[in-house]
Amino acid sequence: MDTVLDNLDVFVEGFTATLSLTALAAIGALLLGTLIAAMRVSPVPPLRWLGTLYVQSVRNTPLTVVFFLVVFGLPEVDVIVSFYRFAVIALTLYTAAFVAEAVRSGINSVATGQAEASRSVGMTFSQTLRLVVLPQAFANIVPPLASIFIALLKNTSIAYAFGIFEGTQAMNRLINEDGSAVIAIIASAALVYLGLALLSAAAFSVLERAVRPA
Amino acid sequence: MRALRTSTVATATVLALTLAACGGGSGDDTAAPVQTDAASTFEEGTRMKELADAGKLTVGTKFDQPLFGLKGLDGQPEGFDVEIAKLIAGALGIAEDDITFVETVSANREPFLEQKKVDMVVATYTINDKRDMVVDFAGPYFEAGQDILVAKGNPKAVMGPDDLTGLKTCSVSGSTPAATIQMKYPQAELVLFDTYTKCRDALGNGQVDAVTTDNVILSGYVSQDPDKFELVGKPFTEEPYGIGIPEGQEEFCDFINETLAAAAENGDYAEAFESTAGEVIKDTPELPTPPRGCDK
Repeated sequence: MDTVLDNLDVFVEGFTATLSLTALAAIGALLLGTLIAAMRVSPVPPLRWLGTLYVQSVRNTPLTVVFFLVVFGLPEVDVIVSFYRFAVIALTLYTAAFVAEAVRSGINSVATGQAEASRSVGMTFSQTLRLVVLPQAFANIVPPLASIFIALLKNTSIAYAFGIFEGTQAMNRLINEDGSAVIAIIASAALVYLGLALLSAAAFSVLERAVRPA
Repeated sequence: MRALRTSTVATATVLALTLAACGGGSGDDTAAPVQTDAASTFEEGTRMKELADAGKLTVGTKFDQPLFGLKGLDGQPEGFDVEIAKLIAGALGIAEDDITFVETVSANREPFLEQKKVDMVVATYTINDKRDMVVDFAGPYFEAGQDILVAKGNPKAVMGPDDLTGLKTCSVSGSTPAATIQMKYPQAELVLFDTYTKCRDALGNGQVDAVTTDNVILSGYVSQDPDKFELVGKPFTEEPYGIGIPEGQEEFCDFINETLAAAAENGDYAEAFESTAGEVIKDTPELPTPPRGCDK
C-alpha cells in the first residue's frame, strides 16, 4: 500500500491521461456516431449502406485489433501522428459505432408522425433531424450513452499496450517498482477505475433527469 | 458449402500434423540428461526429495521472449531459459515431459512464487534487491546488459544512453530497462508498449527513434532483419538473470547452483546456450561465477 501512496503522482499522472483520452474520444465518438446514425436513417440508400457497413465492421472487431490497424496500419500509408492521437483516433472510431446504434434507437423511438409532419411543412431531412427528431430522441439516448462511455473509460486501458502512459501503465510501472505489493497496486488501480466510472454514472443520471420531459 | 468443406479438411489435416509433431517432438537432441535414480540420493525432508518424489516440476517462464522463452505454434516453449529449467529438472530425476511450463509475465513472477503456483521461475528474471525481499534467487545463470537498437545506419548517431535526449525511445511498460531510462536518463522521451515486438515494428515504421532493453533480446531482432536494424553494442547496465524460487528454500537454491556449476563443467550449459540463444549470439558465455550465494 505504501508503494501506491509514495508514488501517488505516478498514479495521478496516469489517470489524468485516462480521463483526457476518455473525454476526447467521447466527444469525437458523439459527433461521428451521430453522423453515422443520421446516415443509417437517411433517405439515400448508398449512405444507409455505408452507415450499416461501418457499424457492422467496427462494432464486431475487437478494440485491440482496431488499435493495431490504426497504430501500425496508418503509418503504412504515411499517416504518422503521435501515439496519443492514434489512441484517440482508435477509441473514437470504435466507440462511434456503439454511439451510432444508441442514437439510431433513440431516433426510432420518436413517433414517425413527428418526422412526417416536419417534412410536410417543408423542412429538409437534416432540418427534421436536427430541429425535431434529435432533441426528442436525446432523452432516450442518455441511459445507453452512459453505459457506452463507462465502457470507453475502461477501454482506454488498451492504450497502455500502444505507447500511452495512462492508468494501467502507471499501475504496471509501480508493479515493477515493487514486486512485493502487486495485489495492493492492482486493487488500487481497480478502485480508481471504479471511482471514475461511478462519478460518470452519477453525472449521467443528473443529465438524464435534466433532459427527461416532465 | 464447397469452400466450407475444403477448409474443414484443411483444418483437420493441420490438426493431425500438429498432433503428430507434438507426439514426435519430445525426443529432441537438446534433451538434458535425466538422473533417473536421483530421488534416492536426496535426504528425507528436503525440497529436492519432495520434488523428486512427486516427479513433477512446474516452471514459470516467458512465452513471448525470442531466444529465451518463446512458445511457438507447436505449443512447446523454447529457449535458453527453458533449457536451464530442463537441466535442473534432469538433476532432480524429472523428465522434460513431466515439466509443466506456465507463462509468467514480468508482473506475475513474484505473486506466482509467493503463492507457490510454480516451483521456480526462469524468465529473464533480473536479480535485484526489491525482488530479493519477497523471493529467493539462485544463479545468476546469465549476465545480460541493457543496450540500444536503432535503424540501420544509425541516423540519429546514438552512441549510448546519453544521446537519447529528446529521442523517442521505446521499451516495455513495467520492465527493468524502462525503469532505468526513467531514473537515469529522464531526458529521453520514453514510449512504452506491452511487448518488444511492437517497439521493433514502431522503429521499423520510423515512429520511434530507438528501442532499448537487454542486448540479448535486441540481437534477436537484428538477426531477423539485419537490413533494417543495428545494435549500438555498448551495454550500459548489468542484468544478472537468476532463477526465482519461493523464500526459505536455501537447500534447493544451493542445489540449483551446484547443478549449474556441474552443467558448466560438463558442457551441458554451453550446449543449452548454443542450441537456443547461441543461434544469434555467437559468443557462448561462461556461467557467471561465483554464484551470489543463497544465505539470507
